[in-house]
Amino acid sequence: MMTFIEDHLLSLIAFSPLLGILVLALVQKQKAGLMKAIAIVITLIPLSLSLYLFGAFDFNDQGYQFEEEVSWIELQMPSMEQQSLQINYELGVDGLSVSLILLTAVVGTLSAVASIYIKKRWKAYFILFFLLQVGMFGVFMAKNLFLFFIFFELTIIPMFFLIAIWGYLNRESAANTFLIYNGIGSAVMLIAFVALFAITDTLNIPALEVMVSQLTSQSVSGWPYAIPPGDVIFFIFVALLFAFAVKLPIFPLHSWMLKVHVEAPPAIVMIHSGILLKLGAYGLIRLGIGVFPEQFERVAYILAILGVVNILYGAVLAFVQNDLKKVLAYSSVSHMGIVLLGIAALNYSGLQGAIFQVISHGLISSLLFFIIGVIYERTETSMISDLGGLAKNMPFVCGVFLAGAMANLGLPGMSGFISEFLSFLGLFNTYPVVAAIGVLGIILTAVYLLRAVLNTTFGPAKEEWAHLSDARGFEVVPMAILLGFIVLIGVYPSVLSETLDLSIQIFLARIGG
Amino acid sequence: MDLETLLSYPWGIMMPEFIILGVATFLSLLDLFLKDKVDRKIIAWLGLAGIGVALLFVIKNINEPIQHILYETFRLDGFAIGFKLIFLVGAALVFLLSLDYIKKKDTPHEAEYYYLILTAVLGAMILASSADMITMFIGLELLSLSTYILVGMRKKRLQSNESAFKYVVNGGIATAITLYGLSFVYGLTGTTNLYVVAERLPIALQQGYDLVIFFAFFLTFVGLAFKIAVIPFHMWTPDVYQGAPTPITAFLSVVSKAAGFAFILRFFLISFNIYDPASGQIMVFSQTTVFIGIIAAITIIVGNVIALRQTNVKRMFAYSSVAQAGYILVPFAVFSPYMLDMMLFYLVAYLFMNIGAFAIIQAVSQDTGTEELSGFAGLYHRSPFQAVTMSIFLISLAGLPVTAGFFGKFYIFLGSLDAGNWWLATVMVLGSVISYYYYFGVIRQMYLRAGSETSLNTTYGIGTVIVLCTFGTLLLGVFPSYALDFFASNFNIYDIFR
Repeated sequence: MMTFIEDHLLSLIAFSPLLGILVLALVQKQKAGLMKAIAIVITLIPLSLSLYLFGAFDFNDQGYQFEEEVSWIELQMPSMEQQSLQINYELGVDGLSVSLILLTAVVGTLSAVASIYIKKRWKAYFILFFLLQVGMFGVFMAKNLFLFFIFFELTIIPMFFLIAIWGYLNRESAANTFLIYNGIGSAVMLIAFVALFAITDTLNIPALEVMVSQLTSQSVSGWPYAIPPGDVIFFIFVALLFAFAVKLPIFPLHSWMLKVHVEAPPAIVMIHSGILLKLGAYGLIRLGIGVFPEQFERVAYILAILGVVNILYGAVLAFVQNDLKKVLAYSSVSHMGIVLLGIAALNYSGLQGAIFQVISHGLISSLLFFIIGVIYERTETSMISDLGGLAKNMPFVCGVFLAGAMANLGLPGMSGFISEFLSFLGLFNTYPVVAAIGVLGIILTAVYLLRAVLNTTFGPAKEEWAHLSDARGFEVVPMAILLGFIVLIGVYPSVLSETLDLSIQIFLARIGG
Repeated sequence: MDLETLLSYPWGIMMPEFIILGVATFLSLLDLFLKDKVDRKIIAWLGLAGIGVALLFVIKNINEPIQHILYETFRLDGFAIGFKLIFLVGAALVFLLSLDYIKKKDTPHEAEYYYLILTAVLGAMILASSADMITMFIGLELLSLSTYILVGMRKKRLQSNESAFKYVVNGGIATAITLYGLSFVYGLTGTTNLYVVAERLPIALQQGYDLVIFFAFFLTFVGLAFKIAVIPFHMWTPDVYQGAPTPITAFLSVVSKAAGFAFILRFFLISFNIYDPASGQIMVFSQTTVFIGIIAAITIIVGNVIALRQTNVKRMFAYSSVAQAGYILVPFAVFSPYMLDMMLFYLVAYLFMNIGAFAIIQAVSQDTGTEELSGFAGLYHRSPFQAVTMSIFLISLAGLPVTAGFFGKFYIFLGSLDAGNWWLATVMVLGSVISYYYYFGVIRQMYLRAGSETSLNTTYGIGTVIVLCTFGTLLLGVFPSYALDFFASNFNIYDIFR
């Protein structure tokens, strides 16, 4: 039994949410409470398996671990006369994947808790929720591009429904925008993947890492195209960059994400902001730096500038928003800019900062959106001008809200600080001027977050909010857990940095610095 | 030809055709002698049984060596068997759909409806097995004439009449153009046998008749574009699809289209596969693939873009089927060596996903009395099963994983890039992204709009079709290599070249 779990740990994590679908199928559709309870319990399975994975993972081993490989599809291709194309079901994780898988599992469970506020069609909701989880886990584990793409697409379809059915007033247009942007993004990604395959005859990521750099450096005999291999590879890289830029999102491809943040139900925004945005960052690191290091270096400067644009643009617009959800949406745009900066720095601390930011922002934005869900549940509004003085009746919620905001603006001792610090540290080494401009964003962040939080929580209490109750038991747990993680990473960053150390070094070794 | 020669032919290879022919004849006689009061459903069941038996014989013929009879006009090879399976399975599903669709007051000639489907299938089967332009043409015409009538079967409906009329006129023109093209081929080679044509066309090419050969190629292709509903002969599709009885729409989009592809593949691959003896290059195709590629690209774009604007579901699916034909044409345009695998896989995938979708369209439009998109409003609340299966078909048609449609497109796309045809591959993917919008439009109706609350009635016929098609769509999507292995080990589709 134990060896079975060991051998198939990754598949078990990825597909255990499907168990939830089976169980839910048996529950009557009016029994909302039972379904919610089942859903939360089911998400504990991948969570505990991920914790086990984290514990069993050998952080001193630099290769992929817990690998699984089953042959799946065999295709005859004209360019490969002797052999056929094997598309295998291959999973594997390194330090980067492991931390993101754990993040996915944690946010998954907590957003299942937040789904308590869902008021209709629970069965369909949780079925889609579980499908979404399968997709997210799978992306972080996939060891070949075909699987990566399938899991990537698997997140889009449930997300469309989750926004369109359970969202707020303009949910449909948000869902459509989401579908079109991400549809185009993944279409471009597919073109890039298949083009890459057409050139290298493989879809396996570790194999590609070797082959792409060979193709870039030398002219290959028997090259069938008119354009030299290095240029073709560069085009493919740019296409991939575009696909992940949509997902991350990088300015000016970000507008869909604002709509989703505003219109989707808070539990789904927790997942979206906490995990789905990170798929873009993960893709940039895993495929951008991992497979295309030389091409990445060529555009690093542009990416750094785009990162600064993201930071400042997001921060300035966040400042003028009246809707709390919009403030946080623009704040996410701004914070994704920091991720981009860190990646573009292409050195140890920059990359470390970017990954820290990915995880830290995942935790922080989940926390903040959870709190917005709690507030919205009680007041039915998220407009800053309508709220105010909430702290009087909801001291706990408001306290955590303030703490979350502090973490987000990068108060030392919280995860946000260490992430931003490392990212900027990295960038100052490579592009000092860009970094200097980017740092201004930190000041702006402090301004808009404090404005938003203080205006909602402090000041004279409005009469209409006098009856509000503070956090209930089930609401306290997620807040406490998320805040706990945020402080843990802030105070004791080694818990994460040791996990990532070898993976980052391997990525850097490819760049040659 | 004396009796002895006639008897010495291995008629067994034609058994499926004989069965369909026999059953169709028997049913028409039975209809004649049966009293008016008797329910014509019996004819439907007998026809279905006939298709089943024919299917068994086709399966029995799998892995038989290549054989031909009647002076090489009729040929049994892996290619023919593969297509016959598609035709017969498609026809069987259409029969199941028709069982409760065809009502006496709407379709006075109830029995004719069923045996005309049989004759249409017979035509398609003959076409798939032909190695001669004349038999091919006869098969095509048998199929076409039967479908012309089937489209207009609800003769008291104006729309049905209109669509039958348009279909006949357009079809007649297309047939004439095809025939005109074929006559050039005959004129150049003096034979109607495709394999002999293949030997003689290069000689004609060397003698300087290249322009005439190209002219013949274009005429034939344009004429056949009608049957598979690609540009420039796609204009009939929306009107005919909308006016025809829904099961017949499904038949046109799947069986009739597959037959058109069978004709195109067999005819062009065999007779126009001209090698220049001097350079050893494929002559005609190297210059016509661009032309076909452009047709495929325009078809994909136009089909998908116009589908965006449709409010009638059947019209929308008509344009969707135009676009899908464009995708299937891509392997042929890039002349990939594995094009037959790719096209056959996609046709099988298309068979399941499209007939499945039409089954639900039929159930919904019968229940709501409208074929507008709004008829789907709130389907999820009425019948979650239908809504979920319809979503699977739509997702498959849109080409999202893990469905048959995704893998089919992926394979075609891979083949196109592998052959170095980047622009066509890009058009294909962009077309798919456009198609998300209208396929998800149906999904939006089903899940997001309020509609009536009473649950949707589904008969056993439709239910069976939905279950089978869902199963097929998912199975081919998750385990595509089983299907590909099955094709590869059981049908050597490439033996058409021998």
